[in-house]
Amino acid sequence: MNAAFWGWLVLLFPLLGSVVIGLTFRVLPARAAGMIGVGAIVAAFACGIAATISLQGEPAESRHVADSLWQYASVGGFQIDLGIYVDPLSAFMVLVVTGVSSLIHIYSFSYMQSDQGYHRFFSYLNFFVFSMLLLVLAGNFVLLIVGWAFVGFASYALISYWYRRETATRAGMKAFVINVIGDIGLYIAAILIFRDLGVIDYGAVFEKAPEVFQTNEWSIVAICLCLLVGAFAKSAQMPFHTWLADAMEGPTPVSALIHAATMVTAGVYLVARAHPLFELAPAAADLTAIVGLVTLLIAGTIAIAVTDLKRIIAYSTMSQIGYMFVAVGIGAYSAGMFHLMTHAFFKALLFMAAGSIIAAMANNQNIDRMKGFGKAMPFTAAMLIIGALALSGFPGTSGWFSKDEILDFAAFRGGWYEIFVVGGFIGAFLTAIYSFRIVFRILPGPPCEETAHLIETGHVVHGEPVNPATGGREDTEVGFPGEEHHIAEQAPGMKIGMAVLGFLALVGGLLQIPGVDDVVTSFLEPTFEDSPLAATHPSVSSAWLGLAEGAVISIAGIALAWWLYVKRPTAPATIRRRFRLLYTLFVNKWYGDQIVDFLVVRPVKGVGSFADRIFEPFLINGLTGGTIATVRSAGGAVRELQSGMLRGYAFLMLSGIVAVALYFLIRSI
Amino acid sequence: MAIEWYLVLSALLFSIGLAGVLIRRNPVVILLCLELMLSGGGLALLSFSRLHGDGDGQVFVLMVLVVAAAEVVVGLGLVVAMFRRRIPLDVDEMKELQG
Repeated sequence: MNAAFWGWLVLLFPLLGSVVIGLTFRVLPARAAGMIGVGAIVAAFACGIAATISLQGEPAESRHVADSLWQYASVGGFQIDLGIYVDPLSAFMVLVVTGVSSLIHIYSFSYMQSDQGYHRFFSYLNFFVFSMLLLVLAGNFVLLIVGWAFVGFASYALISYWYRRETATRAGMKAFVINVIGDIGLYIAAILIFRDLGVIDYGAVFEKAPEVFQTNEWSIVAICLCLLVGAFAKSAQMPFHTWLADAMEGPTPVSALIHAATMVTAGVYLVARAHPLFELAPAAADLTAIVGLVTLLIAGTIAIAVTDLKRIIAYSTMSQIGYMFVAVGIGAYSAGMFHLMTHAFFKALLFMAAGSIIAAMANNQNIDRMKGFGKAMPFTAAMLIIGALALSGFPGTSGWFSKDEILDFAAFRGGWYEIFVVGGFIGAFLTAIYSFRIVFRILPGPPCEETAHLIETGHVVHGEPVNPATGGREDTEVGFPGEEHHIAEQAPGMKIGMAVLGFLALVGGLLQIPGVDDVVTSFLEPTFEDSPLAATHPSVSSAWLGLAEGAVISIAGIALAWWLYVKRPTAPATIRRRFRLLYTLFVNKWYGDQIVDFLVVRPVKGVGSFADRIFEPFLINGLTGGTIATVRSAGGAVRELQSGMLRGYAFLMLSGIVAVALYFLIRSI
Repeated sequence: MAIEWYLVLSALLFSIGLAGVLIRRNPVVILLCLELMLSGGGLALLSFSRLHGDGDGQVFVLMVLVVAAAEVVVGLGLVVAMFRRRIPLDVDEMKELQG
């Protein structure tokens, strides 16, 4: 049984889970549906481990398996297999996706227990995991697009999960539309690849590309730019970033799984997967890194200003994915994948802790109202601190090792790549401030109403069901969070999920300590062995120097946050007043929505209204209306003949025969 | 005996039948007139058959008679059905199939 066999099993289990839960929701008890959902993902995780073991058994140079179930399409020279490609990179992604998904499924098992759409939730969630695995295991660009579109749909369905909440359905549509724009970029890239190379399978494409393309030739740059449109849209990078913050309308486990740990990192995976193409187009690769840098800085500044707990974490996700794009853009592929993994750990953890807190706050998400959670929910508080430490790159945590490895590689490449070091450290400073802004705002202080209730009675407040985004009152029928949707941290499933992720977020960095071990890099090496960039490594001493700088910046940021939010609680207000202009810019998210509205939505609407008011009434209706009128009048003329008079028909027949007879008579004379 | 007399009689029969089909409104009479037209045609066939001295025309007339009998069965059946439903026996009244 080779790796491909296990790869197919990895795909099979979540698909089965989704279909079974989706079809039997009428007869299956909710608990059983949850069990099936969790079981399917855990089984997929086990198969992922088996695939990895079987892959590691091969010698390094043949550590990739392509396998095909059947031929999907064969037209002329165009052949598409329903094939998967298992190599260290996809195995790594499979492990991260199924591993984190398992924990989040366990968490959701408890978190969603009072929700009316329990079956629907697990069916969607399993479908998402299947799509994501299809995306990472796909063996050619066509199947990649299939997985890519499937995760887009799953994301849409889960953002709009509470479908009677209008803000949620709008957010789902927004995410879907922006993702489809990315999909189109990907389609065009696949078409261009096929046009220039005549093949579509990964192995064949990457083999032929260096023979066909010159470095920085316009056609390969165009291909890479189209790939980047897809990657940026899926990963919420500038200028396609506006959907991610709104996607927080979905249930918190969804935010943790799709909009933090897995789906939004698909763009990073795509660039890493297509690295042979990007190395032929250094211009596109540099653009990748620059967009990543811009996004990480802008998202960091927004995260400092906004007050919605989940949105802060969402902007932080954008910012961290910016780091990953910097990594894969400058050629630090394994560092990028390493950061992808650690980010999946600590970001999913942060979202889980946030979900617990939001549940205790009766769905209020404003951090200005949250106080005293350190006493009310010590376990969640501990997890929140661990997550924030890892996110801000505190020495020893996973984020410290992974983030600084990226910046280190940028410094190693030198030249103008130094701006990524500087920008990255500024971003790290912002990260430390906003992560500990959350911690210092929520945990200490006198308990607010909700936390006091929790401390006194041990139960969470069952407040009015309101929409956290608008404050409007909601009913609690199917499709809404539901009145009983408050569990806080008491449920065991949530504790298990958070505890395991907390452990991983703390020690995950130990996989890759400079000079000591390099588990991730050596695991991924067979995939990136053809890359001259990946073959170079910064020296151990410079790596430790970078780590030291990162530690100083992280601690400085945390200290500043402590000074701002604990020592001098009036300071933030003063700063807000002093830098009113900047604050307005940040809190309005750099007017990203408005810019998109002005540049894209308004022109499109203008074209639409032109078509509606001028084009359609005159041109379309004129043309079609004219045709209809002609046909109708001709029909009216002929219709008179059909009188229904039997004798009339007989007379016509007679006249016809006489006419024909006369004609032949006259001719015969 | 000259063939002209036969042909004139045949033409007369045919024309009388035709006029009846065009003018009369009672379906029974129209059927009668159709039979007249068929007889006119048949007479012409018989005349030529006799003139040329071969039997093909007579065979044709026998065939036409059989078909005409079948046609009359259908036609009279329709008339009986109309009568049973108290539909006036007038073809001009039956023009529902108009455009």
